[in-house]
Amino acid sequence: MKNKYSIFSLIKNAFSQHENWQQAWGNPEPKKEYDAIIVGGGGHGLATAYYLAKKHNLKNIAVLEKGWIGGGNTGRNTTIIRSNYLWDASAGLYDHALKLWENLSQELNYNVMFSQRGVMNLAHNLQDVRDLKRRTHANRLNGIDAVWLNTKEVKKFCPIINTSPDIRYPVLGGTLQRRAGTARHDAVAWGYARGASDMGVDIIQNCEVKGIKRNGDRVEGLETTKGFIKTNKIGVVAAGHSSVIANMAGLKLPLESKPLQALVSEPVKPIIDTVVMSNAVHAYVSQSDKGELVIGAGTDSYVSYTQRGSHNIVEETLKAILELYPIFSRMKMLRQWGGIVDICPDASPIISKTNIKGLYFNCGWGTGGFKATPGSGDLFAHTIANDEPHKLNAAFNLNRFVSGDLVDEHGAAAVAH
Amino acid sequence: MFLINCPFCGERDQSEFSSGGEAHIVRPKQPTELSDDEWAEYLFMRKNIKGIQFERWNHTHGCRKWFNVVRDTSNDKILSVYKMGEKPPVNYK
Repeated sequence: MKNKYSIFSLIKNAFSQHENWQQAWGNPEPKKEYDAIIVGGGGHGLATAYYLAKKHNLKNIAVLEKGWIGGGNTGRNTTIIRSNYLWDASAGLYDHALKLWENLSQELNYNVMFSQRGVMNLAHNLQDVRDLKRRTHANRLNGIDAVWLNTKEVKKFCPIINTSPDIRYPVLGGTLQRRAGTARHDAVAWGYARGASDMGVDIIQNCEVKGIKRNGDRVEGLETTKGFIKTNKIGVVAAGHSSVIANMAGLKLPLESKPLQALVSEPVKPIIDTVVMSNAVHAYVSQSDKGELVIGAGTDSYVSYTQRGSHNIVEETLKAILELYPIFSRMKMLRQWGGIVDICPDASPIISKTNIKGLYFNCGWGTGGFKATPGSGDLFAHTIANDEPHKLNAAFNLNRFVSGDLVDEHGAAAVAH
Repeated sequence: MFLINCPFCGERDQSEFSSGGEAHIVRPKQPTELSDDEWAEYLFMRKNIKGIQFERWNHTHGCRKWFNVVRDTSNDKILSVYKMGEKPPVNYK
């Protein structure tokens, strides 16, 4: 790496008042032609480019981003990372990502602030208890750490939770994945951008894709706001805008794009040192290193690209938060925002070839894509480079909606949207 | 968050309504003769348009009737509301 970050580079740059740090990634104009183009400069897109360059020796690559890198859902999520999914296919996919997270700061020479503080999922009724216990067993059969906690143990693990039996949705227990946690979302985008740029990947910001040029059943290039760029491999990682890009190629995807909201409070001293999620009352909360409570709300029920979301969704979430954590009743919320998430009918992603040669899609991550960022990039790079899926993403093909072989995490996810 | 002009009850808050997704997806007349591809198209594939979209809504917490809406999904502005069975307005395409 050209500019390795270390204690020595920190000391060296301190002598020049930190004015001589080099740019972490370049800002090139697009070339006329690339071997592969990634559409979407979020975490998943940048990770894809990084692994294409690193593991598949493809150096002539560009990442096109219509805004700025990491300005979409990568910078809008609640940064939760876990792999306690029910089905084997999902367990394989998300745990692959979690294993990459564990070494990502070293891999990228960039501190992504990965913190394995544990993720606890609460059960509020008997069906929740049965479902979560089943999931714990399924996780352990797949080699994923998971434990069941009874109400007392939940209280001990996170003392600020109201475990009184007389609340509307009493806490009957919960599951805990200790390897799970959070990471700094911006750092993930920046780290991958720096790593990819270092290997010669062109990261082109403020460049929106306007059309896909096809010659029969194969792609020939992209019409962009910076002109036509020739390529015969296009990997689309455009999250909420995946359908918009697909429509340019005359494809329809099984996706609906909806606003998903999150909010943060004013910063306070450390009060919650883990991540707590609750499916039944739809509330999840953690605390950022700055001290803000990071709270995830739900999706709106309708298709929208507005990046805001409805007030009543936030209201419902905060009601649940207040019942579970009465201590937060006088906290003030600082910011609220929305991101557009692309939701698949089975709530599992698509990392797949299409029936158009050279056109690949990585989409449908819906409400939970951040956790998969490294794994998603790695597997999508494999799929693009070999024109074949890796065994870990074979189940996440587009054809499953025709064959019926769905990966139905909708009923199984820790938080249903 | 926006207001929807229910053709039966008048203007109400969006939170009273449920979205039924894309409108004018015709239920297959002879389901037994459908291929897997046609089933996938009917069940799962959606236009998911950024811009003017025709969609179905239900006034769940009101009259509980279904109707159609033309809405711009890029700014949530409702352009037209019309009843089930009526032809979609032709000025939006």
